[in-house]
Amino acid sequence: MNNVFVYCEITEENYIADVSLELISKARKLANTLGVQLEAIVAGSNVNDLEKSLYPYGVDIINYADDKRLFPYQTLPHFSIVTKLIKEKQPQIILFGATSVGRDLAPRVASFLRCGLTADCTSLEIGEYEDKKEGKVIENLLYQIRPAFGGNIIATIVNPYTRPQMATVREGVMKKEIFSETHKGEVVKLNVNDYVQDSDFCIEILERHIEQQKVNIKGAQIIVCGGYGMASKPEGFKLLHELAETLGGEVGATRAAVDAGMTEHERQVGQTGVTVRPKLYIGCGVSGAVQHRAGMDQSSKIISINTDVNAPLNSIADYTIIGDAFEVVPKLIQYYKKNSK
Amino acid sequence: MSLKIVVLAKQVPDTRNVGKDAMTPEGTVNRQALPAIFNPEDLNALEMALEIKDRVPGSTITVVTMGPGRAAEIIRDSMFRGADNGVVLSDRKLGGSDTLATSYAISQAVKKVGKVDIVFGGRQAIDGDTAQVGPQTAEKLEIPQITYAEELIDVTEKDITIKRRLERGVEVVKAQFPLLVTAHASAKACRFYNAKRVMKYKKAFSKSEAEANGFDTNLWNQFPYLKIEEWNAADVACEDDRIGLAGSPTKVKKIDNVVLSQKENVTLEPTDENIDSLVKQLIDTHIIG
Repeated sequence: MNNVFVYCEITEENYIADVSLELISKARKLANTLGVQLEAIVAGSNVNDLEKSLYPYGVDIINYADDKRLFPYQTLPHFSIVTKLIKEKQPQIILFGATSVGRDLAPRVASFLRCGLTADCTSLEIGEYEDKKEGKVIENLLYQIRPAFGGNIIATIVNPYTRPQMATVREGVMKKEIFSETHKGEVVKLNVNDYVQDSDFCIEILERHIEQQKVNIKGAQIIVCGGYGMASKPEGFKLLHELAETLGGEVGATRAAVDAGMTEHERQVGQTGVTVRPKLYIGCGVSGAVQHRAGMDQSSKIISINTDVNAPLNSIADYTIIGDAFEVVPKLIQYYKKNSK
Repeated sequence: MSLKIVVLAKQVPDTRNVGKDAMTPEGTVNRQALPAIFNPEDLNALEMALEIKDRVPGSTITVVTMGPGRAAEIIRDSMFRGADNGVVLSDRKLGGSDTLATSYAISQAVKKVGKVDIVFGGRQAIDGDTAQVGPQTAEKLEIPQITYAEELIDVTEKDITIKRRLERGVEVVKAQFPLLVTAHASAKACRFYNAKRVMKYKKAFSKSEAEANGFDTNLWNQFPYLKIEEWNAADVACEDDRIGLAGSPTKVKKIDNVVLSQKENVTLEPTDENIDSLVKQLIDTHIIG
């Protein structure tokens, strides 16, 4: 009954992708607010741990198209499955990852169904919309909130009159959260030949080189960065990981911290590491040498936590918290948990 | 045999170089202060089209852009680099179009260009970053799509082989015409102006440029290559309820300006109240979710 849907992506290792589990975590909350069920669409071949990975995040129904031609992803067969399923089941909302797959598929689906689609949402909420021209209020709409115009404005978009309401969300924006370890749903197996036709396979994949997912802080929207100041105690980086996980971000490090063996080189931010431009950078005990700043000064918001009032990072920070990161970080975790919905 | 190619391009405000004067004191975007540029990935798309033209002689490239009359600038720019001609799709009725309405209007314009083998476009435009118009246009034209093209591997008169850039790797695909290809920023940069072409096309102009500047349109009879076509919504048979605000299912409920101020450093003592209010502020401004 006009349920909330999530299109699931499959990793190279043939599991449900993290970005999809993040979307499902969010979609579960939306479905609860709306009082409807949560359905997943999975198109792949012999997907590993299908039920085991989806149910705990709150999926009620898995629409499963299992066919060896469906992996790796190709536009047209997946397009045919998704559009046909939407016509049959009339979801009110469907979410896609803002990934190379989701951004290829979702717009084509939206175009076919003549539905609105909002790309790269950073927040999704349920609320009402007043159509002043028509003089009516539409309730229970999906607020699709995203930065626009180079990040200089935040727009709230709604699709009052077309269904499903469609949105894409980048990996790492929503938090992956277990709904219930004991939650169970059901699998609805689709007869693939009812959904796809041979002509959907008109693009031939000649080669594929996909790397396994490694630490990739480049795409993270929130980076909690540790400096040499976090090395004084062995639990320093563990604490940073805890904050990053709470906020849905990644841990970065200065060269000094990497050289001191506190974390992997993949996490190094700066001239000899990775350049990052997250929405939020939190420097914990990071002095902010110029080589480090070169790799992060384009961050939208910068918080510097340092006992040293004169740390160079403070000069480019939006907020400087003068204090010991070992004390401030637990407080950030505590108050985030208190204030987030 | 030759190929007929359309390149979709957009003139965009240069949001990458948002300087201090790009924001009004109230914190709103001052569009006038932003220079209008050729959308970067559309230039990657144009280069890929030009490479095909190099390899399959006799192929033609028509650049299609939707926007105000001044968007003819990027058509001329494309002609200097090697495009054969171009069309500006311009109409007040198209104002307020979201990606669905835009892709509809553009697909109508492509249909008017004629039977096209390949439609190229950039992956996304920097003023929206949605990456939607490419796949949506492909759907409207009912042709397959190859997104995020990084390299043209091979082209024959009936098919094309392209390397795609995905977030964790690459994929090489082969497809027959017709199809739509979107170019990724990692593709080859577009070639520079050709001096002879600049001489030939610098006086090319569109109808609205002629009206604004008093150019003599009789020149087009003598030198047809100087005409930059300009079509309105009716010329490409757009249905009124599928374009502009009426044809756009997405509505903007509200806009919050992110006030770009000179970086003001707020220094806080690590008290519980301070951390609590900082976290609340970050949540309210959608910095953290």
